[in-house]
Amino acid sequence: MNFFTEPLTLLTFFPLLGVLLLLFIPGGQKNALRWTALAVSLITFVISLWVFFLSGLYDASNPDLQLVARHPWIQVAGWNIEYHLAADGLSILLILLTTLLTPISILSTWTAVEERVKEFMVFFLLLETGMLGVFVAQDLFLFYIFWEFTLVPMYFLIGIWGGPRRIYAALKFFLYTMAGSILMLLAILWLGIQGGTFSVPQLIEQGGIPANIQWWLFIAFAAAFAIKVPMWPLHSWLPDAHVEAPTAGSVILAGVLLKLGTYGFVRFNIPLFPEATLKAAPWIALLATIGIIYGAAVSYAQTDIKKLVAYSSVSHLGFVMLGLFALNPEGLAGAILQMINHGISTGALFLLVGMIYEQTHTREFKVYGGLWKLMPVFGTLYLIVSLSSMGLPGLNGFVGEFTILLGAWGAGQSGVFYWGGVWFAAISALGVIMAAIYILYMFQKMFMGPQGEVVDEVKKHGHSLRDLNWREIAVIAPLILLIFWIGLYPAPFFDLMAPSVNKLAETFSAAALALR
Amino acid sequence: MHLSETISSGFLFLAPWLVFLPLIGLLVNIVFGGRMSENLVGGIASAFSGAAFAVSVLLAYSVSLAHGETLRWTLAEWIHIGDVSLDWTFRADSLSTTMMLVVSGVGTLIHIYAIGYMHEDVRFKNDPARFRRFFVFLNLFIAAMMILVSGDSYLMLFVGWEGVGLCSFLLIGFWYEMDTLARPSWSNSKAAVKAFVANRVGDFGFLIASFIMFWAFGSFQFDAVFAKAPEIQTGVILAITLFFLVGVAGKSAQIPLYVWLPDAMAGPTPVSALIHAATMVTAGVYLVTRSAPLYSSVPEAQNIVALVGAVTALFAATIAVGQYDIKKVLAYSTISQLGFMVAAVGMGAYVAGMFHLVTHAFFKALLFLAAGSVILGMERGHHHLAHGHGGHHGETFDPGDMRNMGGLRKTMPVTFWVYMIGTLALAGIAPFAGFWSKDEILLDASHHSQAVYWLLTIAAFCTAFYMGRQIWMVFFGEARHEAAAHAEESPKVMTVPLMILAALSLLGGALNLPFDGFHNLGHWLGHTLGEVEALGLNLQVAGISTALALLAILISWLIYGRKPLAKNQSDPLESFGLLFKGMNRKWWVDELYQFLVITPYVKISHFLADVIDWRFWHDWFHETVLLGAYNWASAIGLNVYADQKGIDAFANWLGAATQRLSAATRKVQNGFVRSYALSVFLGVVVILGYLLLKP
Repeated sequence: MNFFTEPLTLLTFFPLLGVLLLLFIPGGQKNALRWTALAVSLITFVISLWVFFLSGLYDASNPDLQLVARHPWIQVAGWNIEYHLAADGLSILLILLTTLLTPISILSTWTAVEERVKEFMVFFLLLETGMLGVFVAQDLFLFYIFWEFTLVPMYFLIGIWGGPRRIYAALKFFLYTMAGSILMLLAILWLGIQGGTFSVPQLIEQGGIPANIQWWLFIAFAAAFAIKVPMWPLHSWLPDAHVEAPTAGSVILAGVLLKLGTYGFVRFNIPLFPEATLKAAPWIALLATIGIIYGAAVSYAQTDIKKLVAYSSVSHLGFVMLGLFALNPEGLAGAILQMINHGISTGALFLLVGMIYEQTHTREFKVYGGLWKLMPVFGTLYLIVSLSSMGLPGLNGFVGEFTILLGAWGAGQSGVFYWGGVWFAAISALGVIMAAIYILYMFQKMFMGPQGEVVDEVKKHGHSLRDLNWREIAVIAPLILLIFWIGLYPAPFFDLMAPSVNKLAETFSAAALALR
Repeated sequence: MHLSETISSGFLFLAPWLVFLPLIGLLVNIVFGGRMSENLVGGIASAFSGAAFAVSVLLAYSVSLAHGETLRWTLAEWIHIGDVSLDWTFRADSLSTTMMLVVSGVGTLIHIYAIGYMHEDVRFKNDPARFRRFFVFLNLFIAAMMILVSGDSYLMLFVGWEGVGLCSFLLIGFWYEMDTLARPSWSNSKAAVKAFVANRVGDFGFLIASFIMFWAFGSFQFDAVFAKAPEIQTGVILAITLFFLVGVAGKSAQIPLYVWLPDAMAGPTPVSALIHAATMVTAGVYLVTRSAPLYSSVPEAQNIVALVGAVTALFAATIAVGQYDIKKVLAYSTISQLGFMVAAVGMGAYVAGMFHLVTHAFFKALLFLAAGSVILGMERGHHHLAHGHGGHHGETFDPGDMRNMGGLRKTMPVTFWVYMIGTLALAGIAPFAGFWSKDEILLDASHHSQAVYWLLTIAAFCTAFYMGRQIWMVFFGEARHEAAAHAEESPKVMTVPLMILAALSLLGGALNLPFDGFHNLGHWLGHTLGEVEALGLNLQVAGISTALALLAILISWLIYGRKPLAKNQSDPLESFGLLFKGMNRKWWVDELYQFLVITPYVKISHFLADVIDWRFWHDWFHETVLLGAYNWASAIGLNVYADQKGIDAFANWLGAATQRLSAATRKVQNGFVRSYALSVFLGVVVILGYLLLKP
């Protein structure tokens, strides 16, 4: 039995070990619980670094799935379900993002979560295993289990530790995502039974799904993923979930959970259903473009900071979808990098919003103003993260957005977007202006201008606004570092994904040629 | 062999230090600045900017050693994916080193001046702690500007392009919690946001141009693009050049995107001089010059660029005539002068455009800094009064309003003399620097297009007039406000940089005199731009422009000099009625944009957010339709509420159903959280156990 010598198995289920540990610690010992959860998540992060870089087991120049862990699992009635984990350039960065954001989120709850610390940490580590499972599962059935499994801890994180309307938001989040998943489950069963295997790489290799059936399967998978992304117009659950979720929940929700959707498209839809993908490309690009513009316009009209960031996610993930369905290396790589960028920038924004909320207990713009003077460090970090989010060159957001738009422009010229042509890229580029409008508006209203009434309001309660403390700076520092790193020297990140991305794009240029 | 290598690459290895040095300066100030004196903070910032100037000199020397060859230094990879291969590559050629010298040279002088200026400014505004922040931003600007001018590809240029936009935002909004008169207000921060957004509109054009360029040329690298240009359809190049023009209009404040620049005067005066006069705003001129091989291959684009520049030059000059704020006059003057440069490079007169860029950097930086000296002199006078009498604190006093000034030549003699030099240079009076460069542009225009020529000539007339008006109003006559009467001259740290810039404004024309053997700048830039025919002095063009300038100054003397404005006397030009009002109110362009663009955008976004997204989509569709249908279906299924009918009942019941659902979930939470977690956990254990035990 070589179960624990399989690196991905170890990585995926290591957080469960933490859960086991936490169960033995009495609920009253909050700090012990926090430190344990933090330690476990940090070790998980170290394991992920070890698996991909230090162990020498993973070869980044190899485009194929690696670190394979594969065993027969459920094999009844002709079903061939396997326990099958593996990683490649499409997933490696997302796995690392997950293992990085989890300890950061846990550290951010130090003073924010005071009630039921034990349950909170248990759910958080369960969630980490679920997310990692989604990114490494190569068997459709196993994938589906992990996919649904992530819902449960998130449901409770919102529903127990959330804001005033948490029950409503949690339920909406749960039902909305479930609804989309049901169609996907049907499609998975069809594929697994017809193809004689649930193994994704095997199904891709077999190919041969008739084009009209591909179309329906594509739609069924897309229903689940598009809700998760969320693509316009299926975004209605997102502002509710973000506004009500606790800070750490928002960070993971925006940082990783939304990427399960975009990842689903690139891991399953695109390679499994190539003909349908080509057919759908202009339509997805259209929805993505609408999402970019609509999300940016709606963001500007928000009065609640978290809601603004939530809608900005609709806009940002529109860019990711546009890049994915450009189906060329520039678009695909840009989209994958932008998934990471969005996780970093939006994660950091939610963390920062959480830090100020802990002091002021309000997220309404109108009571803010002039905070930069009182909180210079906080203001400066908020500015850097905002600029990253609006795609300032030299920071991470630009590299992703630019390569996506460049890829989308090329896709428009080469005919991937059919009737859409370069218009999708051109209109989406307007999002660059609109992002500047809503992000600078947010920054201005919070940090510039005369001192807002929130300052006096805090004073009334016997406190005064303080700048960030060392723990808070430690929480945000790794993300700031990555913002600059990816912006200035993204080569290591592109190198990790390039072989797999090029391989995927190659099959596409071949498929596209065959189709024309 | 070793020696020849050293000669061929020269000091090229220093190129990245153009950026690193100012960055080190700002890091030193961020980390240690809190414990250092103001002079040390400013001194460190100036020293690192000065070091960047030294590197620029060495690079220019290397280029000249290499006989004008383009030198490149690659620091690191940037974006390599698919067909894209972008590096952080620095480029030294005669064009880029010229820009480096201007940016770091003028920049360093302004750094030094700012030590004196900000020392007082932060005290007038009661926030001395902000002194350090100013120099951090100023160094950041130098770094970004260096990336802009030293990049070897359009994308690296774009990094600097947006980077300087960010610095512009930060510095316009430097006093973000007040207005220009230091009252609590949103207006400074609004000006900052306006500048960034207007620039982003231009950047959108830049981005589109770069997309087209990449898929047509396969590269962003300057020489690769230019080499391939002859094979590319002119339609494609036309599109690229016109989209670049959108970027130019944003950055170099041309019609229709110039509106941010006048508001940018909210920034401290050294910022206006450095960013909004001498360097950043000329980036558009640099872009067109850099892209000369593209623009030169499509005359249609050239004509449009030239026309945009010429119209902007005249339009802004008319507005400058009607302003009362000393910095606003200079701001519109800058827009107008940028119009001259853009028109020049649009006509293909790249050397003339660059020449004017350089001389303008000298004399406009001088004028702004001198205006800053005037404003501080007024502040000092006002401060003196406020302490003397104690009764002046309540009244709002505008130290930049020329109607409060008058007679300052007596109290601020140094400032007066350097201001005169700057004015004569700007007005285009020989032998000051501006005469030579402006005349070269006019001469080119006279060959190229009569429309452009006359637009520019009239603009030049207006220029001399508004500068004359300013001189008479500010320095002559009698003080119209007690602050002006008690104004005090600025300290040496400010006046010495002024004198240096005055000398440059006086002698800068020597860079490229229109006589054989004196076309130094033209010859130098020719290494990069290709040799261009050097025009001699045309007595007719020079005669007309000089005569018009002198006439304009004479008229301004007749109106403002002969009989100086008295206290509370309205401007004599107001008798022109609507004409003056239009100039004074900036031809209502801001109001027009508010009506055409801003208000609709705000309304549409609120409509989308409140009505479409929230009330229709979130509330009605999801809550009423989806949830309602779900409840209805489940009720039918359960056959519990099957007899309920009617809309009222439906609505009531919808609420109840929601509550019921919530109640159910609440129960799950309160009681069974642990058990739920446990069951999930057990499930996982079962799966794991199965896998473990399976052979």
